[in-house]
Amino acid sequence: MSSAPHFQKPLLETPFHARARALSQVDSFVAWSGYSTVDVFTSVEQEYFAIRNATTLYDLTPMVKYRIAGPDAVPYLNRLVTRDLAKLNTDRVAYCVWCNDAGHLIDDGTVFRLGESEYRLCTAERQIDWLLDSAIGFAVTVEEVTAEIAALAVQGPTSCAVLKSAGLGGVERLKPFEIGCFSLAGHSVTVSRTGFTGDLGYELWMTPAAAEPVWDALMAAGRSRGIRAIGSRALNLARLEAGFLSPNVDFLSAEHTLRTGRDRSPLELGFAWLVDFDKGHFNGRRALLAERRRSPRRRLVGLDVAGNKPAHHALLYARADGRREIGSVTSAAWSPTCKRNIALAMVDAPYFRTGTAVWADIYLNRELVWERRMSRAEVVERPFFAPARRRATPPAEF
Amino acid sequence: MARQASPARYEFIVIGGGHNGLVCAATLARAGRRVLLLEAQSRLGGAAATREFAPGFRVSCCAHLLHLMPAALIQSLELESYGLKFSARGMPTTALLPGGASLELTATGVAAGAAAGEAGAYLAYLQRMRRFARALAPLFAKAPLRLGTADWADRWALLRLGWRIRRLGRRDMRELLRIGGMNVFDLLEERFESDALKGALAFDAVLGTNFGPRSPGTVLTLLYRMAAESAGAEAALSQPTGGLGAVCDALARSAAAGGATIRTTSPVARILVAADRTAGVELESGERIEAASVLSSADPKTTFLKLLGTKYLDTGFVRRVSHIRARGLAAKLHLALDRPPRFAGVDAAAAKGRLLLAPSLNYLERAYNHAKYGEYSAAPAMEITVPTLNEPGLAPSGKHVLSAIVQYAPYALEAGWQHERESFTRRCLELLEVAAPGLGESVLQAELLAPPDIEREFRIEGGHWHHGELAFDQFFMVRPVPGAAQYQTPMPGLYLCGAGCHPGGGVMGLAGRNAAQRALAGAA
Repeated sequence: MSSAPHFQKPLLETPFHARARALSQVDSFVAWSGYSTVDVFTSVEQEYFAIRNATTLYDLTPMVKYRIAGPDAVPYLNRLVTRDLAKLNTDRVAYCVWCNDAGHLIDDGTVFRLGESEYRLCTAERQIDWLLDSAIGFAVTVEEVTAEIAALAVQGPTSCAVLKSAGLGGVERLKPFEIGCFSLAGHSVTVSRTGFTGDLGYELWMTPAAAEPVWDALMAAGRSRGIRAIGSRALNLARLEAGFLSPNVDFLSAEHTLRTGRDRSPLELGFAWLVDFDKGHFNGRRALLAERRRSPRRRLVGLDVAGNKPAHHALLYARADGRREIGSVTSAAWSPTCKRNIALAMVDAPYFRTGTAVWADIYLNRELVWERRMSRAEVVERPFFAPARRRATPPAEF
Repeated sequence: MARQASPARYEFIVIGGGHNGLVCAATLARAGRRVLLLEAQSRLGGAAATREFAPGFRVSCCAHLLHLMPAALIQSLELESYGLKFSARGMPTTALLPGGASLELTATGVAAGAAAGEAGAYLAYLQRMRRFARALAPLFAKAPLRLGTADWADRWALLRLGWRIRRLGRRDMRELLRIGGMNVFDLLEERFESDALKGALAFDAVLGTNFGPRSPGTVLTLLYRMAAESAGAEAALSQPTGGLGAVCDALARSAAAGGATIRTTSPVARILVAADRTAGVELESGERIEAASVLSSADPKTTFLKLLGTKYLDTGFVRRVSHIRARGLAAKLHLALDRPPRFAGVDAAAAKGRLLLAPSLNYLERAYNHAKYGEYSAAPAMEITVPTLNEPGLAPSGKHVLSAIVQYAPYALEAGWQHERESFTRRCLELLEVAAPGLGESVLQAELLAPPDIEREFRIEGGHWHHGELAFDQFFMVRPVPGAAQYQTPMPGLYLCGAGCHPGGGVMGLAGRNAAQRALAGAA
């Protein structure tokens, strides 16, 4: 809340910023959608293990949010996204992707049905122009509400217990992708059983005024259950284990690419299960139908890489001789929970079939000396990590 | 066919009974197909109709001259045997100048007037521009090519275009590429001294556009017009007997003789879709008519945003359609006169032709300046004809009709047309009074069709005569928008056949014919 002109301090602060600033030990902040957010609080490993063993708080206020309402909200959304949202009931959430005319992915995100004809669309990128142009001919209003809603992810095996002891009685009855309304620290809080960790977890949506009281109440309630604030780096490791794609890392929005052939279709990204060709017209349907008739050219797959050196940005080859290039790694990490060296990669046909062996050209910097290692990798099914607790209702007590 | 229980009565439905819709229906019907044409109004013709604007006075309600329709099209549809006659052909163009002077432009040179000394330069200019126009003219009678496809037909068409330009020879090719993106102001400044000549020549570059002579791309609009003319009858301005509506009447008879069914007073409410394919149309009356192919001569915005509906289209396409620049700036002034107008310095033969009020480049540019800011021109430019001099029957005996295209009259007038209509009409009459002293007191009745009136009467979104600005970014292979520039649209079975697509507006008819040929190939 400094009085400096905005151009001298262009990044906004989220309603949780003061709390995050107080807990940050390594002063590692990064820009995310125009906000200053924490990359690392203490150490990535410590924060990561809190996701898998305790409870974590993650400030996702910068996630772009749109309110979509009006009598045509359902037909509007159904034309926008590839999934059939007519089937989405009130107080439910659906993970969706949406495409441009060419059937190439613009973004992925979640659609919350908050009422009969009121929805919230959460996205990675700002895209009000696309959403407004999509509204031509539909009786809907679309407005960005990112700054009006503070959002906090509460994720980890003890998260349900923490929320209950903070006073959210009944939260254990929420099924995955269900929404409930609760009161916490004197503020009303909307809770959805959603998240980006692939673990048991919830996301809390509230007014900015409620942000600090809610944070404090959760920290107090979670003390005995190992609650910890986490930054984006630890979350990125968890999402890779869960097999989730990260926009601008595993794919680029078709609205942002300049070179031809850099766009990706939902079929290439493994989102065929999100495309409902039978629901009527939607953006990119005709192009995707044509693509489905052709044999696929490439696909995003999971890789299990030999050794323990993450295959960051590695080029992939058909054989160890490194002659025939067949793709590249988009995300890679050593998975501490799976004890596997995992990666997501875009792989050309026919090498993307599960069980195919490919070779990853990994560069290692060992005390300023670069070494190169051709490691065998196998195409495997995603997710890499999918504990039963992420779906259990009610979740186990910890 | 035998296995089908009841084949649809019509294979093709054409929406709109303007000249393009009629050419389209006639072409389809004469190819032996079952065609239904639906016109919203009680008369055919659309914006190329002739109608009464005062008791006993009739006028062509938008365009008032025929010069773009190719002779080959007129012949192939046998329009002359279906009643098309001309009361004037090869009409001269005369520029009205201040102080009662005038300048006559003929197809071969400046015959008389202030610029007589520039006759040689004018002839050289005209010959060169005609060579360019002829190189481009073959593009008009075909669907535009597409870039970046693997289709041999597209590549062949691109090669042929390149070859035609190359074959102009080194000097001409260089000159065409040099002036192609220029503005007409600079081009004419390079060539001529006479203000009067430059004003008259620039008028054709900006007629019916949202451009002034200094606007980029106005050489292209001029070449476009000249290419269309050379595809037509090479600058042969003609006045059909009975007005432009008579052309449409002949087209309708040709279509009907070919077996087309024509229904007037049948406004289409929407285009029907079943299983992501065009299935027919629903009329405003609620009646549904089935057909596997629908060709719409309505403007692209009306076709896609109103008749089809955005829910069947992708956002990017809808975005492009809604961004089509299609706001009209040309108004039409109709005067019922109780005696023939006497234009100062214009002889009897010239008075029967086309008269231009655009005495200099700066006059045109200043007229356009107002339009940029939502005002009408304080001193508008005009194309004037007195059709009753060639065909007295358009008015009661001894009386006359003056028909003028007036610009600039922006669609969205800051103060609103309901407040400004009378003052603009008065302004036009003041200018005409200067050019033809005594005209004011001979006016029995005046009618002004501003772009919003054109929008309402002819159902053209934005009231633009060409259903969309003719400019580099809305031209040829991107007209009206990528994805619908080859007459097919993203909706299978739906075609565009109006002025909104290549080769555009003017009473030309090629959009209708090209679309019909594309639809025949698609449905074969």
